[in-house]
Amino acid sequence: MGIQLKAGLRLRSATDACEVVVVKAPAEPVDLRCGGHAFLPTDAEAAPQNIEAGFDGGTQLGKRYADDDLGLELLCTKPGEGAISVGETVLPVKGAKPLPASD
Amino acid sequence: MNIAMLLEMAAEGDPERVVLGPRAGGTTATELLDRSRRAALYIQKSGARTVGYFGLNSDALPVALFGAALAGVPFSPVNYRAPDEQLQGILARIEGGLMIADEDEVARLGACGASHVVTKGEFLAAVDELASDAAASGGAEFPFVDPEEIGVLLFTSGTTSEPKAAVLRHRHLVSYIISSVEFLGCGPDEAQLICVPPYHIAGIAAVLSSLYAGRRIMYLPAFDAAEWVRLAVDEHITHAMVVPTMLGRILDAAEAAGVTLSTLRHLSYGGGRMPTELVERTLRDMPHVDLVNAYGLTETSSTIAMLTPDEHREAFASDDPAVRGRLASVGRPLPSLEVEVRGEDDAVLGVGEKGEIWVRGEQVAGEYVGNSVLTEDGWFRTRDAGWFDAEGFLYVDGRLDDVIVRGSENLSPGEIEDVLMAHPAVAEAAVIGIPDAEWGEAVAAVVVLHPGAAADEDELQTWVRQRLRSTKMPAVIEFRPELPYSPTGKLLRRVLRDELSAGGPAQRRD
Repeated sequence: MGIQLKAGLRLRSATDACEVVVVKAPAEPVDLRCGGHAFLPTDAEAAPQNIEAGFDGGTQLGKRYADDDLGLELLCTKPGEGAISVGETVLPVKGAKPLPASD
Repeated sequence: MNIAMLLEMAAEGDPERVVLGPRAGGTTATELLDRSRRAALYIQKSGARTVGYFGLNSDALPVALFGAALAGVPFSPVNYRAPDEQLQGILARIEGGLMIADEDEVARLGACGASHVVTKGEFLAAVDELASDAAASGGAEFPFVDPEEIGVLLFTSGTTSEPKAAVLRHRHLVSYIISSVEFLGCGPDEAQLICVPPYHIAGIAAVLSSLYAGRRIMYLPAFDAAEWVRLAVDEHITHAMVVPTMLGRILDAAEAAGVTLSTLRHLSYGGGRMPTELVERTLRDMPHVDLVNAYGLTETSSTIAMLTPDEHREAFASDDPAVRGRLASVGRPLPSLEVEVRGEDDAVLGVGEKGEIWVRGEQVAGEYVGNSVLTEDGWFRTRDAGWFDAEGFLYVDGRLDDVIVRGSENLSPGEIEDVLMAHPAVAEAAVIGIPDAEWGEAVAAVVVLHPGAAADEDELQTWVRQRLRSTKMPAVIEFRPELPYSPTGKLLRRVLRDELSAGGPAQRRD
């Protein structure tokens, strides 16, 4: 069970206002969730779901969420209260030391 | 995932922040997004397959850039200083394009073959006349823009040959921004003065990175040092990027105006070799300013290596020649990239060994229209010569095409130029190869002296010979009041080569 991802694909949370864009996608489908429920295509009609316990860490606008082993990277384009997970594993924020401006 | 998404995020994150124009009465993120959406509708209706931009920097530029991205067509800022013959060639390659131009360029564009030209004023007026339904609908009628599609098409400067059309796809530009810029990482008081021309990769990258960082963009339409200083003071400018030819003039203009540029916090420079002396003067004159030396290419979506503010200060304070010498380095590669120096057999070279700089990473496009030049495993050969020191600092020696082949020896102009510029009388130096009957090429130098300073050919030849091998000593040295540079600060070696070669083979003096 999972969604076939593709770089550039935009998804919305079924539980909150969160939206993400896929930056890097693995070849295999991924069981990608927000707040414990599967992400939806942005145009999907679906009844809102409640955020499951343990998946309430929230998302932050402009942060990247990644699983390097899977080759998965998402960028949060709208924040929400639920946490992003692959199956039961919550994805960490991709930490990067900010660089000084160069352009 | 296209570059307009970066604007959408900025509008989501801080809708009322002024992102473009003056402190008072500038455009907010929401207003810029709204205008860009209407521009996209306008572009869709026009049927344009490319949106060209021909003219000075202006607030119409970001609107056209993001409008084109939302409409799913490439944006191509064209060098308005290109001679007619070159311009005809460029326009033929962006056929079916809508050109947004300065009013005084419209006739020339028409004569050079552009079929659909509007002035910036007409473009903005037409955009503003469109009903704001587009804004209200949240952009739902715009096509899905695949990250693989072309975001920006840039005709590279062509200092040595005909311009090539470099392709930057949305994914390259977006990767560059999200991997190197912290989203809304700036306070609302930060403002960037953009003075590099719009057809330069740094001009495009500056729009994207400033907006994503939340830094207000202020345009200087065409570079003028006194005007730069005036705007920096009046508009409380905190950040700017300059090319080498601009920096000295800015320091002079600030001195002449008696201002300290107290709001300025951060100055990045790149686009060509910056004389170390000038970097030192900036560190001395403006100790409150963070300096960044940025090295990048059009084909890599801008910066791939940088010397940070701390590294500048550490080098400047050091007596150790290896550390001090880092003021001439471009710093370390960005963490999101791989950079290698490779030899003629493509093998990776060790510390201190000179070769060609190769780069690989998600921001690296390495593609021209109809022709990707990446290797099978994704490496881009920059055609720049360089080397790494033991601490991983990268030094760029200039273009491989500029290497002088004297007999069987390869000589790097950069090394000889550095030695010449270390002479107290020398302000600027350019070293080139000119045809030579015996050696194939001979080393020639063109030198600009500091005002009031004196040095003759013999003295400078001896200076070089005492510091480098005798084969690196220029056979001829010509003195001139100035060197020819492109508007983006690149030394026009081809011009010097043509001029110095015109008189036939050089007279050697060895």
